[in-house]
Amino acid sequence: MHIDYSQEAPAIAGRLTISQIEELVARPLDTKPDRKYFIALSISGSLLLLGAICLGISFYYGIGLWGNNQPVGWAVPIVNFVFWVGIGHAGTLISAILFLLRQKWRTGIARFAEAMTIFAVICAGIFPIIHTGRPWLAGYLIPYPNQHSLWVNFTSPLLWDVFAVSTYFTVSLVFWYIGLIPDFATLRDRTTSKLKKTIYSIFSLGWRHSSRHWQHYEKAYMLLAGFATPLVLSVHTIVSFDFAVSILPGWHTTIFPPYFVAGAIFSGFAMVVTVLVFVRKIFNLENIITLDHLEKMNKVILATGMMVGYAYGMEFFIAWYSGVQAEQFVFINRAFGPYAWAYWIMVSCNVIFPQLFWFRKFRRSIPVMFVIVILVNVGMWFERFVITVTSLHRDFLPSSWAYYKPTFFDMGILLGSFGLFFTLVILFTKSLPVVSISEVKAVADGAQPTHRGGHHE
Amino acid sequence: MNKKLYGLAALFKTPDEIIEVAKKTSAAGYQKYDIHSPYPVHGIERAMKLKPSKLGFITLVFGLTGSALALLLMYWTMSVDYPMIIGGKPFFALPAFIPITFEVTVLLATLATVIGMITFFFRFPENDHPLHDTDYMKKVSCDHYGLVIEAKDKLFDEAKVLEFLNSLKPESIEEIYYPEKETYPVLEPKFVTFLIIIAVVTSGITYFALNKLLYMQPFTWMMEQPKLNPQKPSTLFADGFGMRTPVQGTVARGFLPYPYMGQNNPTEFLQNPYLPTKENLQLGEQKYLTFCSPCHGNFGDGDSRLRGQFPNPPSLHSTRAREFSDGMIYHIITNGQNIMPSYASQVTREERWAIVNYIRVLQRAKNAKSSDLQVVNKETGNNASN
Repeated sequence: MHIDYSQEAPAIAGRLTISQIEELVARPLDTKPDRKYFIALSISGSLLLLGAICLGISFYYGIGLWGNNQPVGWAVPIVNFVFWVGIGHAGTLISAILFLLRQKWRTGIARFAEAMTIFAVICAGIFPIIHTGRPWLAGYLIPYPNQHSLWVNFTSPLLWDVFAVSTYFTVSLVFWYIGLIPDFATLRDRTTSKLKKTIYSIFSLGWRHSSRHWQHYEKAYMLLAGFATPLVLSVHTIVSFDFAVSILPGWHTTIFPPYFVAGAIFSGFAMVVTVLVFVRKIFNLENIITLDHLEKMNKVILATGMMVGYAYGMEFFIAWYSGVQAEQFVFINRAFGPYAWAYWIMVSCNVIFPQLFWFRKFRRSIPVMFVIVILVNVGMWFERFVITVTSLHRDFLPSSWAYYKPTFFDMGILLGSFGLFFTLVILFTKSLPVVSISEVKAVADGAQPTHRGGHHE
Repeated sequence: MNKKLYGLAALFKTPDEIIEVAKKTSAAGYQKYDIHSPYPVHGIERAMKLKPSKLGFITLVFGLTGSALALLLMYWTMSVDYPMIIGGKPFFALPAFIPITFEVTVLLATLATVIGMITFFFRFPENDHPLHDTDYMKKVSCDHYGLVIEAKDKLFDEAKVLEFLNSLKPESIEEIYYPEKETYPVLEPKFVTFLIIIAVVTSGITYFALNKLLYMQPFTWMMEQPKLNPQKPSTLFADGFGMRTPVQGTVARGFLPYPYMGQNNPTEFLQNPYLPTKENLQLGEQKYLTFCSPCHGNFGDGDSRLRGQFPNPPSLHSTRAREFSDGMIYHIITNGQNIMPSYASQVTREERWAIVNYIRVLQRAKNAKSSDLQVVNKETGNNASN
């Protein structure tokens, strides 16, 4: 097949005019939710309720209801935390790093991916806090002058996590809101309902599309993107420090920070594709979130999947090369021990199946990519499970070796986090524009001056 | 009512036009004008001859402030206020402080940039701007590009500006007026009721949360725990007691059998193992004042402080008591005598011997000889004669 690479494919397909784009994006906000919406909401709401009940019971009777016990003290709660933080990374990557790289195709998916970042970080933030067993005492994590005259331990990776995740959440939220301000103004000027107009006016802060404002706005957007880029890399680096700074074989590895970041982007893109496949169909956004965009994301999945695969191989190599017996035991035990099933699920889902994306046909096939990204989501959950559980369950004393099994409550809370995530996503699709109206308008055909008649500066 | 003119607005349909318009407007010398577009149009700031945004300075200043604050806080807490060695690191462990320094820098810089832009550069929120709710705004919000020349401009003259705008061949021209001032009566009953309801609900919830909720399960600060409490019933054991009897033959820590319980005079077997050293006498004094003095009096005179609620004991300074051997006094404390109960469970063996030594001191002091006084005078350097 002959493809012309000299011409950049348009970011928006279908030759939509600017007002058509606005119409298309704003339609879900103008129409009443239909039956399917409520069915979807009730399913995700039920999962959320299940999680809430499991959590309530866990708080009442204590976290002994979970499977964590010696020697596997860190288990599914931490697995879920790392999993959800990773999901969030795609959003910041798309909104910040691709912005700095001047990738126009990001405009169609950036808003949704950023929203998913925020929801995923909310889901992630729950787990370390509930793992303390008494989440209402979480305020002690913040350094403040207190009558015990005690301070938090600033040299602990767990405290770095507190700072990293809360900064990440705040910055993502601010970044997201800044992007929403012009859209709120557009919605304010479109709507005929008085209540909606009041709400949009409050959130638009009185934005009036002034070029004098756009100038500062673009500057701020660039500064924020510049900060969000190292921030997103730092967050999963610090999450990996939770493991890497300890001296446990299987965790004490210098490859962890880049390996975790690549894995986070890998799982995040997989989740974005999972959700966008539905969103573009349901809200008729095929021209704004085009197959080209999905293909590009699949390429990122392929690339980051290979990085993760390299890390898996390198861990084994270093275990052999270092000559440390304990290290070698952990890795052989990982691949062939009692948790070999989890290890091979991880390897096949994360390394083997994404190889199908080498073929253009599979990259552009919605059913194939949907199956693969679901497998990647599963595989990345198991990656964290393998790292956490297999390194712990056979510790230095063979008498304390054990086989960890998550309980009903562990799994209920995990399902509940999915319920929370999808409930927020579903509510988001009907209450805010799922695509950045102003950004997509700016990359539409004929949206930018051609500089005809004047010299191009 | 005469409305005040804010400015004249013209609408255009393509981005190429608006770039031309911006160039011509700035060339015509207007200062207070603005271009509106639904998204940032490339090259517009150059056409309008705008100065580069100074927003970056806010970011720089607050970013550096964030780094400095984070490092200072960590230095002060970890090295000055509560220095503690953790993981063998120095008190000022710079590599370990870098992650948090970075995060605080990013957090402060981002928030300052955004808040600075919104409040200082934009002067937002501003929902009462004259441009709001005009047809002009509705059009530039969607797919048009607009120019507004404000009446405040020095060169503003309605006829001339109109002529200038017409020369640009716009789609339409609109006059924009300041909105009439709205009034918001604060004492409207509805609003006051709303405030009262908010106040009652907020204080009610706060009261409930701080005074009730915090003391319910599971927020009981570990007051209730599934453990066995002494002297509390328990369903765990068949007999329903939480406390257990020790296993047969259990010996308590430090337990030594006292074989003379109930005997009259076992004194020949009891030797005082403690010398009347200063420490020993101080211990004896303390224990005597705590356990013995309520009945025997502070100096052993038998002047009970119990005001007849319990019979007064005889004085410890009687000849009989002075002729008791140390072992005899020890035996009386341990075993009890007449109506005096045993003090074996209150005072330990060492303390009992210390009390014995202290009683000897009291007896000696109350029946001192003149030779004793001379010794005391010699030691204290007091020359007063008896």
